[in-house]
Amino acid sequence: MAAAAELALLEKSLGLSKRNKYSARGDRQIPVLQTNNGPSLTGLTTIAAHLVKQANKEYLLGSTAEEKAIVQQWLEYRVTQVDKHSNKDDIRTLLKDLNAYLEDKVYLTGYNFTLADILLYYGLHRFIVSYEERTEQRGRPPLTNFYLETEARRGYRSSPRSHNQ
Amino acid sequence: MRLFVSEGAPGNLPVLAAAGRVRGRAELLISTVGPEECMVPFLTRPKVPVLQLDSGNYLFSTSSICRYFFLLSGWEQDDLTNQWLEWEATELQPALSAALYCLVVQGKKGEDVLGPVRRALTHIDHSLSRQNCPFLAGETESLADIVLWGALYPLLQDPAYLPEELGALHSWFQTLSTQEPCQRAAETVLKQQGVLALRPYLQKQPQPSPPDESAVTNEPEEEELATLSEEEIAMAVTAWENGLESLPPLRPRQNPVLPVAGERNVLITSALPYVNNVPHLGNIIGCVLSADVFARYSRLRQWNTLYLCGTDEYGTATETKAMEEGLTPQEICDKYHVIHADIYRWFNISFDIFGRTTTPQQTKITQDIFQRLLTRGFVLRDTVEQLRCEHCARFLADRFVEGVCPFCGYEEARGDQCDKCGKLINAIELKKPQCKVCRSCPVVKSSQHLFLDLPKLEKRLEEWLGKTLPGSDWTPNARFIIRSWLRDGLKPRCITRDLKWGTPVPLEGFEDKVFYVWFDATIGYLSITANYTDQWERWWKNPEQVDLYQFMAKDNVPFHGLVFPCSALGTEDNYTLVSHLIATEYLNYEDGKFSKSRGVGVFGDMAQDTGIPADIWRFYLLYIRPEGQDSAFSWADMLLKNNSELLNNLGNFINRAGMFVSKFFGGYVPEMVLTPDDQRLLAHVTLELRHYHQLLEKVRIRDALRSILTISRHGNQYIQVNEPWKRIKGNEADRQRAGTVTGLAVNIAALLSVMLQPYMPTVSTTIQDQLQLPRPACSILLTNFLCTLPAGHQIGTVSPLFQKLENDQIESLKQRFGGGQAKVSPKPEVVETVTTAGPQQIQVLMDEVTKQGNTVRELKAQKADKNQIAAEVAKLLELKKQLALAEGKPLETSKGKKKK
Repeated sequence: MAAAAELALLEKSLGLSKRNKYSARGDRQIPVLQTNNGPSLTGLTTIAAHLVKQANKEYLLGSTAEEKAIVQQWLEYRVTQVDKHSNKDDIRTLLKDLNAYLEDKVYLTGYNFTLADILLYYGLHRFIVSYEERTEQRGRPPLTNFYLETEARRGYRSSPRSHNQ
Repeated sequence: MRLFVSEGAPGNLPVLAAAGRVRGRAELLISTVGPEECMVPFLTRPKVPVLQLDSGNYLFSTSSICRYFFLLSGWEQDDLTNQWLEWEATELQPALSAALYCLVVQGKKGEDVLGPVRRALTHIDHSLSRQNCPFLAGETESLADIVLWGALYPLLQDPAYLPEELGALHSWFQTLSTQEPCQRAAETVLKQQGVLALRPYLQKQPQPSPPDESAVTNEPEEEELATLSEEEIAMAVTAWENGLESLPPLRPRQNPVLPVAGERNVLITSALPYVNNVPHLGNIIGCVLSADVFARYSRLRQWNTLYLCGTDEYGTATETKAMEEGLTPQEICDKYHVIHADIYRWFNISFDIFGRTTTPQQTKITQDIFQRLLTRGFVLRDTVEQLRCEHCARFLADRFVEGVCPFCGYEEARGDQCDKCGKLINAIELKKPQCKVCRSCPVVKSSQHLFLDLPKLEKRLEEWLGKTLPGSDWTPNARFIIRSWLRDGLKPRCITRDLKWGTPVPLEGFEDKVFYVWFDATIGYLSITANYTDQWERWWKNPEQVDLYQFMAKDNVPFHGLVFPCSALGTEDNYTLVSHLIATEYLNYEDGKFSKSRGVGVFGDMAQDTGIPADIWRFYLLYIRPEGQDSAFSWADMLLKNNSELLNNLGNFINRAGMFVSKFFGGYVPEMVLTPDDQRLLAHVTLELRHYHQLLEKVRIRDALRSILTISRHGNQYIQVNEPWKRIKGNEADRQRAGTVTGLAVNIAALLSVMLQPYMPTVSTTIQDQLQLPRPACSILLTNFLCTLPAGHQIGTVSPLFQKLENDQIESLKQRFGGGQAKVSPKPEVVETVTTAGPQQIQVLMDEVTKQGNTVRELKAQKADKNQIAAEVAKLLELKKQLALAEGKPLETSKGKKKK
């Protein structure tokens, strides 16, 4: 999914009425947001955090110092690890690590839903379908739970499955 | 909480710096683990540093750990900080890992290391200089600064990997590196081993994949267009459409120029060149040329501007020169004043006054300032021991004594400093001192002198600085120099000398003494103004209405920023003091220093003989202006910049724009129908123009020149994309498009001609003549881009502006002026002789040759012993050989041998 489309989806789910226009820079198509009252903003997680503040939903960036740092850590993970052009081994390791991390958690910060969950959800989209298919038969791993949880919460798919399936 | 680090992990640096910065280090338990230990249970691959929180959670991202420390101290992050951190993680880190791996693990050097990160470094530099703030996210330090500093430190602490042209990055890096938490982190992590301290960690890491190659081949950073808002575009279009109408009436230049109440009154001085030296390129860029750019800019803004300079003529060096040349000091000054004036005229320096310090006004004002200081108790008396040459019957200034260095035993140490060990020397400490003029041994004599009581004035100075410095445009080096002088405490400074050639000291018992030049040289500005107008006090005793800009090289900062202000404050006479002290660093010549005595470098009078026009010299010197750090003049680079920036970029654009009007539209500017793309270009040009203004208002002359070149690059691209030469042959719509593109381009050329005026005044006038730019538009520069050549305007004859510099031409100039000699000459010892021979040594050698010649002749006349004669002849031949070597150098500076 192109970054601009992802940000448009985010705007919608944040309930922002005024839609922004995004341009893209460079080969990696890094999104750029031109704000009217200041310099432009560059970068997916930077713009996403800006939109969250614009929508007055700061709680999505975490409430405590610890939570805030964790949210930012996973946002960074999204743009550096998940978005990296990786080989199969890297992808396997990434999914394995996430799976292990989420073992005892509902969301990335534990029990609170944050921007990190949203962006990781989008970012994983390109791997998750095949992962689900492969793991469905063997009982649902935590990562799938996370994925479905997030999905249900935001209602992203046209036909969301119930997370307590 | 517990921090796990590993020896030499680069991430330790920012983490420790951040911890130190927020003083959270005390509660932090630090454990060192091996580079291959997996500390985070859910991560397959090892990762350090890692912070284990009391909740059991882990932070394994370096910048998140830093962020956490900042958050704990209550510092939230804004969008700009987040943007830097994201950029650091996604762009900088991949490039930096590759560079560090190359350097530390593979032992590569130079471009192999710098290549991958150059673009990222340039990005930081441009962002810093564009937003004009000392820190990445604004006026104060933020998390972004710590994280980026920590990432970059291992590489940039080696000056070889901090490209000198990145001035803003340079000063940002220095600022952070000198902070205590950063210093401590650097010591802990690098342990004084430099980047090699990272080796134990990095060699255990997989080789990082090279950063995206395609990113590097993109156009350079500065070409990236900023995104513009609709409002900005609309405003640019409105301003453009208002055109010539919006120009204010042209202000006639007054004579004399005097301050006007309610207007901006700008008084500009350039350090007074010492009369008996021909200035070299470094002197020229350091003061007169830099000040000239600002003066011209100031006049383009219609500020009430007075620019003055003059020759500094008193002092011992003049007396000696006079002796050498067999003239009186006054005759020497008269002679050299003209040489200076001619050089500056050739360089097109737009002085309102170019005066001199040997005038009755100088005596009157200096003595008045002295009397007031004396009456107010700011002058002390003391006895000083000095070297006196009985043979020459005078006290010797430091530079006229040579002897054996008391520290290292070097035989040719100067009276103020040893060239070999570099230590400062007090002339009376020299062993076996010699008078440089007559070679006899001077004696120590004591003499009464007057001192300016600086310690007593220190408090007033600090008060004044406290009011002046904040918000002013003093250059960082000037601030630094003044700060360090104040930190060390001021000491009384001697203001008199045992000389004849100077301003007489009006005090009983001091009749045979004069003021020391550094006391009265800065008063020269006042007396030069007084010789220009009897209303000089309206400039110099009017601090409320006058903005004083003083230009100089950094060695002159103490006299202008400290000594003169102290004198002036001590007089209690409401003098105008420097508001903006603009000091440059040094300009080197090729790989070394300019040296008159060693005959290395290009001097003012020789630049004219190279056949290269003054404006090209101006351009190149300003392009490499040592702004923020030392820079070097290089012939090869001058050729490159002339051929790429002037010929291919600027000249090409302006010439094409004009040629299209002539060729396709019969010399009349065509009708323009702006499309949204054109409007965006208008806004981009406006943006760059604003940037140019911002920089010049801050006297960032070198950076502002880049804005001109950027606009012309936009212009070239615009022509290239729209291809008016094809469209002119197309249908009606195509032809209209060709017209619009040509019209807009030629208007950009007109704008460039005005922006160029401070830098290349002759080229600017040539362009304006070619385009027949209306008079007011030539002399006023607004902050908006206006249509100054409306449809129907007839332009003149267009011709190329610049000439290509050829390799062999430059190579022969390089030979002639001594640059890169060491590389050309096969025998190093010959180079040694050549480079140490100065006019004085030549004179000495010539005298010895004559003497030896006489000896030989006498011996022959006496029919002396053959062997004795042979020995003396051998001596003579050796001397002649030495003389030939000394004279045979490409640059000969003694009189009468200037041109070939």
